[in-house]
Amino acid sequence: MKRRGPLAFCLRLIFLAALVGLWQLVVVALDMPAFVVPAPTRVAYALYQGIGSDIYTTHLYVTVVETLLGFALGCVLAFLFGSVIAMSRTVEYYLYPLVVMFQAMPKVALVPIIVIWFGLGMSSKVVSAALVAFFPLMVNTIVGLRSADEDRVNLMRSLAASRWQIFRMLQLPNATPYLFAGLEIAMIFALIGAIVAELLGAEKGLGMYMQSLNFNMDVAGQFSILFILAILGLTLNGLIVLVRRRVLFWDRSRDTDVSSVSKGDVL
Amino acid sequence: MEPIVDPAAHGTFRTRSGGMIAVERLSLTYGRGASRVVALRDISFRITDGEFAVVVGPSGCGKSTLLKILGGLLSPTSGVAELKGQPITGPRRDIGVVFQTPVLFPWRTVVGNVMLPADVQGLDQTAMQQRALELLGQVGLGGFERRYPRELSGGMQQRVGIVRALLNDPAILLMDEPFGALDAMTRETLNVELQRMWMQRRITVLFITHSISEAVFLADRVIVLTPRPGTIGDQFEVDLPRPRTLEAMNTERFGHYVRRVRSALSARGGLE
Ligand SMILES: Nc1ncnc2c1ncn2[C@@H]1O[C@H](COP(=O)(O)OP(=O)(O)OP(=O)(O)O)[C@@H](O)[C@H]1O
Ligand SMILES: [Mg+2]
Repeated sequence: MKRRGPLAFCLRLIFLAALVGLWQLVVVALDMPAFVVPAPTRVAYALYQGIGSDIYTTHLYVTVVETLLGFALGCVLAFLFGSVIAMSRTVEYYLYPLVVMFQAMPKVALVPIIVIWFGLGMSSKVVSAALVAFFPLMVNTIVGLRSADEDRVNLMRSLAASRWQIFRMLQLPNATPYLFAGLEIAMIFALIGAIVAELLGAEKGLGMYMQSLNFNMDVAGQFSILFILAILGLTLNGLIVLVRRRVLFWDRSRDTDVSSVSKGDVL
Repeated sequence: MEPIVDPAAHGTFRTRSGGMIAVERLSLTYGRGASRVVALRDISFRITDGEFAVVVGPSGCGKSTLLKILGGLLSPTSGVAELKGQPITGPRRDIGVVFQTPVLFPWRTVVGNVMLPADVQGLDQTAMQQRALELLGQVGLGGFERRYPRELSGGMQQRVGIVRALLNDPAILLMDEPFGALDAMTRETLNVELQRMWMQRRITVLFITHSISEAVFLADRVIVLTPRPGTIGDQFEVDLPRPRTLEAMNTERFGHYVRRVRSALSARGGLE
């Protein structure tokens, strides 16, 4: 993106503020009931109260833990499976139909079954988050490990490098841009997986709390949760970007979108 | 295993014991059926210890293929390629290879790239690091050791590639059009530099190029490869005093060798 000056930044804030103002205006002018569309002021108040009463933080904590555990589990498995598939044509041959089938299937449709299998506690949320996070990273791991340039592979071979050395010294570092693109998507997907599982049945968590607000027709409260979820998503994504900047200092294409590789992935 | 042909039958060739690289009736065919490409057919030549041999030929005549066979990256369809009297069965640690592009790893620093052979082959880190820095200094890259490849010009990157190939002091250096992607001026500078480095070490070099003047400038022996399929059109020794200067390229004797390469190429339709 082109760098713009502070003036443009101010204009951007003013634009956002104007949108919120317009929202407020419309709600007041049309006298909309709060259980259909709440005014921004009501949402802000719900947010203020929720945060003050530490109900939000309890639920937020649960959701964050589920998301991070699911992310970690999904990513470890995705990296292992992806590596094995990338390194062995035989394994790929037998696993490929399965991968393609899962790839095309909306993974969130599996969540109800997972909740039945793993219960209303945290574990079903972790598994659901892991499942949804798994695929984008696995695909990117395969593509990334396979993307090593033929000349570079020949160089390693000419040095009499072993297969493991080629993996460790060439394929793995070469794949890191793809891996990080996959991690970024996997993080957001893990959050989606956890929230969907919470919506379907949970004891705690923002998704579960949202569901209970929904039963009470507290739309302003739900909006405030959505706002928290958006901030949470941004923060989690920001963490990955932060690590990527440190690890991928050498990658000139870091500002371009490698993640397009798995953009076609279905939830 | 087919025995090496009696050296006496090879006329001007030196004896077998002096043969660093010996190639006998080497052929390589890519693919099969309709997509069959005969890249090399019946190539025979011999390079003695410490010789600077240059293979020259137009694009697609099988030069890189030949180099990959000698580097142990490809197995020939028929014929034998030997190093120091032993058939090549795979990559060897006493061979350094410089490729058509610098092939540097962007995540390694300049010195890190040079150290790659040491890392792969588990050589002594301290000694090799010392040597890497020394070699980098010798090619005018002192002060760039901790930079990353993207911060270097194309010519500097190719120098790093050469230094990397020299790190473990190989007996043989294989170079595949190392300066092909560079501008004419940088190329000439690097040719002079390469000659200097070679004269200090006297290792055996097989250098590949499609530039006739580059071939004559560098070579003790020129091997002319003609295309479709790649066969040897001519090979001869270049008897010009060293160190050769760029001015020497304007002399009559230099011109004589250039004409000889050119006529070998045009005789086989290699030059349109
Ligand atoms: N992996 C491959 N599979 C099939 N054909 C190949 C393969 N590699 C090379 N060839 C063919 O073999 C012939 C020789 O290729 P090679 O790369 O050795 O040529 P070259 O002399 O190095 O050319 P250049 O100067 O352009 O690098 C070409 O016709 C090429 O199309
Ligand atoms: Mg080539």
